Order: sequence, then structure tokens, then C-alpha cells
Amino acid sequence: MKVLTVNFLTCAVKACKGTALSFPLHFRDAELVQQEMDFHPTFVRNVLLRVDWEGLKVTAAELGFTTLPAEKPEGEALDNEQLLKDLHTLLLETQVTEGKLVCGNCQHEYAIKEGIPNFLLPNHLGSAPKSEAAFVE
Amino acid sequence: MAQYLIRLVQVHESFRKPEIFALAALENINVEVLSYDESSPFCTVKLHDEAAARALISRSILSKAIFELWATSSTYKDLHAAIRQNTASKWVHYKDCSFKFEVDAYQGKRSAAAQKELIESFSYMGFNGPIVMRGADETFCIFEEWDGSGTSLKQVWMGRLVARGSRDAITTYDLKKRCYISTTSMDAELALLTANLALAAPGKVIYDPFVGTGSFLFAAAHFGAYVTGSDIDGRSIRGKDRKRNVKANFKQYGLEGRFLDAWVADITNNPLRAGRWLDGIVCDPPYGVREGLKVLGTRDQARMKEVFYLENGEAAHL
Ligand SMILES: [Zn+2]
Repeated sequence: MKVLTVNFLTCAVKACKGTALSFPLHFRDAELVQQEMDFHPTFVRNVLLRVDWEGLKVTAAELGFTTLPAEKPEGEALDNEQLLKDLHTLLLETQVTEGKLVCGNCQHEYAIKEGIPNFLLPNHLGSAPKSEAAFVE
Repeated sequence: MAQYLIRLVQVHESFRKPEIFALAALENINVEVLSYDESSPFCTVKLHDEAAARALISRSILSKAIFELWATSSTYKDLHAAIRQNTASKWVHYKDCSFKFEVDAYQGKRSAAAQKELIESFSYMGFNGPIVMRGADETFCIFEEWDGSGTSLKQVWMGRLVARGSRDAITTYDLKKRCYISTTSMDAELALLTANLALAAPGKVIYDPFVGTGSFLFAAAHFGAYVTGSDIDGRSIRGKDRKRNVKANFKQYGLEGRFLDAWVADITNNPLRAGRWLDGIVCDPPYGVREGLKVLGTRDQARMKEVFYLENGEAAHL
């Protein structure tokens, strides 16, 4: 599971949605691997617009990357190829193969196996769809 | 502005115009449709120039190719008259290049001898270059549309090839040659078409919430998008073994570099963060017919009835 994907996801429990503590999810017992991916500067620039920077700083620090700029780079800062490469390495090449993602609000643990996180909820945390309400969130 | 002829395929007819408009939106091209009929594979459009024509059709799944339209008429007599009258100034450009002529008779049949005779009837344009069957500099085509019984000719067109569509990709992503598929894998043609309708393109993020064995993701990644997906059934993502799973398919197609992740989730209790981080969602929603729909977390029997989703995305109980 890539660091970028973690930045796009949060706790699946409805009551946690939007709470400050539920994002980002926290890695626990994470086994890291680096997997080389093609470097596309345009994609990194593009995807940075969608990244929650505060969330990314938390995730990065938990994985031992402590050199992220305090503010999200924008404008001329994005002409710095080395910065884009570093972000590419963090967002796309740094992957968690085994471990857990933990919600800071409800403490629920989501297992990651073979790089695939599982967000299915046990009965007491989930809820059946109520007509179209499930899609409206 | 100039007129172009798009040679469509006669399948998935109702998606043909939407695909053209999607590609026009993606490439920021003004397209005016001059003639189109659901029962015909020939569509004429007005476009700014040849570059626009090429950009419009190069990605198309439901177009075979686009041609610069030289003339059209309901009879050959009038077609030749129009070619002589309107295109004589173009002929000199093609005097010496290698070329070939093709005959494309829709709902009609022409023997090889009849095709040759037909092609020779255009010799007055004075193309003296070598005739080459493969890799010709220019390809000209005579199109015929016959009525359903194949007895009377309805319309003829003559044009010069500008660009071919992307129908080759259908073969590349053919399910028969894919490492890992299941009974519900979306066929390559529809998956690629969907990726076009969703405007999948480089730098974008596309998501499939019912990812299954990944068909839509490969199609969107083929067009340059970065892709991610989820499924309620983790087995479909993990696959059968190390060589037959979603990731292995990405490897087979050399698209691993655009695969963000696949995760296990129930769309009714999904972990998607609010905010505009997606460019598009492509999916084949479960209708509870072929595989049945699984909903987790049901607390009482009344709610355990099967749920299916209507085309407008609303859930309904059977
Ligand atoms: Zn939670």
C-alpha cells in the first residue's frame, strides 16, 4: 500500500468521518519496501494539489521521513526536480506490505496483507445501506 | 474549417456520439456533427484542421478511422463530378507519393475485380506514385453504403485517411490473453470505451469501486491515468496465486507504474476521504444477478434481502 493511497483514505466507520482524529490513519507494525516506479514530474505536480499536506506530514514522520517542507510546495518550488523526485519516492515508491492502519478516533485496526488493506467492518461497526443514503456521503 | 468523415463501427451504437464528444472535450476540440445516423457507420463532421481530426480520433474505440472528406453523393456520377469540381487543386500534392486505394462497402459486396475497376475509375486525378499495399504515404478510400438487402446503393463518399482510431487496443487487452480474469471481467472494448467516456488521461486519478479483476483500471491506465480500485471481495483482488491476480495483470501490460493500489472495502461503508482528489469513477455496478451482491454488517434478517443498484445509482431491494 502506497503512502499516496493512505492520504486519500480515512476510517470506514461512518461516525468517524470528518472527525479530526480519524485522519490520517496511523501505520502500526508496518513493514516497508521501496518499489521503483516510473517518475512523471507532471503527475507529482498534479497529485500534490489533491494531497492533504498536514496528513502527509504525519504519515511521513511515522514512517521515518522527517524532511518534508512545513508548507505544501507550490508555484516555483515545483520547478525543483529533486523535490519532486523525493515526493515521488515518498508518495509512490514507499509501500507498506504488512501491518495495520489504525484510526485515531475509534482505534479500529485495519489489517494490511500483501500490500492490500482491508477496510471491511465487523457487524457492530458497519451499517446496511439505507436506500441511496449510502451514496450521498 | 474542413469536413471529415468518421468511419464508425456498427456496435454499441448509442455510445458512438458520446465517445466523440468525450474525446472532443478531452482534447479541447470544436466538433460540429453534419450527419449521423444510428443505423450507419458513416458520420460527417466539421473540424478546424487535420491536427484536430487526428487528436479527436486517435484514442477512439468505436471509430476505425477519420478521413478528409473529398466528396459525397448518392451516385458515382455526381461523386466524380464533385471531386473534379471541388478537389482538383489538391491532386498535385499526391502526384508522386506512394499511395493505395481501399473500397469499404457497408452492407454491400464487391469482388476483387469489381473493386479494381472501381478504383481505376478515379485515375483521372493523376496519382503517378507507386501503389503500395503496406505503409503507403497516403491512403484513399471509397465508401459505399448499401441498403439492408444489399441491392441498392444509398450513398458514396471518397476521402483521404488522416488517422486511425485505437481499436488495436481491444486486441492488446483481450480477456483471452489476460493472466487473470473471472466470469464478471468486463470485456476489453467496453472497458476502453468507458475509459474514454470518463476522460481518463495522463496525470489524472481514476477509481473503480467494484474493481473485480481490474478490467476498467487497465483501460484507464492504458490512456495514461493513475488508477486505484476497491472491492468488497478481497479474493478478486488477491486472485488465485502469485501469477494470477490484479497486480500480475498490471505487470503483463507494463502498466504497474500507474497502479496506485487496490483495497478491500464495502462501498456502503467506504474509507474514501472527502475532498476532490479523484478525476473520475468508472465501474460496472453489481446488479445482484450474475454474482449476487454482498453487503456486510447487516444486523437483522429484513435487511439481508439482496440489494441491487439501479442505473441512476440508487439502491433498491429486490
Ligand atoms: Zn474510526
